[in-house]
Amino acid sequence: MSPLAASLNRIFALILRYWYLLQSSWPRIVDLVYWPTVQMLMWGFLQVYLAGQSSTAALVGATFIGSVLLWDILFRGQIGFSVSFLEEMWSRNLGNLMMTPLRVWEFLAALMVMSVIRLAIGFVPVSLLAIAFFGFNLWGLGLALAAFFANLIVTSWSVGLVASGVVLRNGLGAEALVWSIPFLLLPLACVYYPVEVLPAWLQPISLALPPTHVFEGMRALILEERFDVGAMLWAAGLNALFFLAAILAFLAFLRASRRAGSLLQVGE
Amino acid sequence: MPFVNRMQPEPPEPNAPDAPAPYAVAPHPIAPHPIAPHPIAVDGLTKAYGRSGEVLAVDHISFKVPRGSVTGLLGGNGAGKTTTIAMLMGLLTPSAGSARILCADMAHERHRVLHRINFESPYVEMPMRLTVRQNLTIFGRLYGVEGLKARIAELAEELALADFLDRPSGKLSAGQKTRVALAKAMVNRPDVLLLDEPTASLDPDTADWVRSHLERYRKARGATLLLASHNMPEVERLCDNVVMMKAGQIVDEGSPRQLIARYGRHTMEDVFLDVARGRRKGEAAP
Repeated sequence: MSPLAASLNRIFALILRYWYLLQSSWPRIVDLVYWPTVQMLMWGFLQVYLAGQSSTAALVGATFIGSVLLWDILFRGQIGFSVSFLEEMWSRNLGNLMMTPLRVWEFLAALMVMSVIRLAIGFVPVSLLAIAFFGFNLWGLGLALAAFFANLIVTSWSVGLVASGVVLRNGLGAEALVWSIPFLLLPLACVYYPVEVLPAWLQPISLALPPTHVFEGMRALILEERFDVGAMLWAAGLNALFFLAAILAFLAFLRASRRAGSLLQVGE
Repeated sequence: MPFVNRMQPEPPEPNAPDAPAPYAVAPHPIAPHPIAPHPIAVDGLTKAYGRSGEVLAVDHISFKVPRGSVTGLLGGNGAGKTTTIAMLMGLLTPSAGSARILCADMAHERHRVLHRINFESPYVEMPMRLTVRQNLTIFGRLYGVEGLKARIAELAEELALADFLDRPSGKLSAGQKTRVALAKAMVNRPDVLLLDEPTASLDPDTADWVRSHLERYRKARGATLLLASHNMPEVERLCDNVVMMKAGQIVDEGSPRQLIARYGRHTMEDVFLDVARGRRKGEAAP
């Protein structure tokens, strides 16, 4: 078996492990669909209400649903990555994995693939519900959606890498950070409002975050019917930097865990 | 000056009688990979914790494990056995010295040899919701085992797993879990097997069964085993050599027979107590 084939075999083995786990546990599957559905319904009905007020309010309402669905890509992508990682800590299996020929990059690649699979399980039915209930067809955005998705999922992996690294180094006592770190992006990445709303001193910080450009791009598409290529390029460039930094951070946390001996002691 | 152990290259002394073998270990069609005479070599290995390294968990230890032998790592709680094994597995970075398996420095080049090593420890578990078969499939793939279905069938027969192969690992008894952990540890037919208290919390019958299987595997495969244990009859039965640790240092070593003679005792349990309580060799117990 060539080294590449061996790597792919190991990545597949790990994906299979998470797939078996999902298959064996219906609460885990329900969890993937339940909250996105609730959120979409809530914001969808708000849009229906706003649509009755004025045409401008109706457009703004439409951006809300778009924001909710795109935010879910970012949030669920990160949770999908981190929860797969946490599954190894919860089941005290990390030591077993680290003793196999599995490479760190292969482990991370499997977590990334799983984040997409978990996201798809939740996102696809919810996006179809948005069409059925509110006539909001996210899939109609076509290539723009692909650009939004690619950028947001890479951001979610970056956040997931850092969150998982923190838990790896500090144990399951730091698990709450996995759920709360992405919410730091919620106000700063201007998910529901344009960047101009922020105070002037905060705007450069916001613009330094990749998802800000995605949400700005989404609003440009819905409100002005134009695809902002520049915004996507900014997002892609920033994502490359953030992703690289996140990998370096994860490797640093892993080295620190090896020094501290926390790979075998995965409790609190 | 810490005690630095220099193991004499004594010939392995297989001291265990052949136990009845309800399940035979199938000899692997491929001969073991040619390896160094000492597949496990620890040299000046040290692990210190704390900002200034004030807590010495392992203090400059050196030992070698001859090929095809079983070496026991003995010591009370906190003696440094698990820390030593963790450094051998490459899961813990040494503060100084080296831990080599099959000539690879496990802190820096472990991936060169990981496919030829495996381990079992009570500190790790298999995913509980997955069935035994699913777990073995995943670990078999991770180790790149060829003919995996056949290998799982072989392990199921050798370790009597067939009755619960499709049951979730979390729903097994302690004895069954240990057999599954052993199957995982042997799925890649390792040349080097690290075992951290492999029979802890098992009833005597199951523990005996596990020891018999380890003996058979060692003989069939020519594998090298390093075993951390608190169970002295187990050590007497399985080990060719014993490395005794206390407070992170090696305080003595030799075959069980040699140690028993050296301390003027009748069993390894007595020798263990002498070492743990700091009695000198031959000194009478109070």
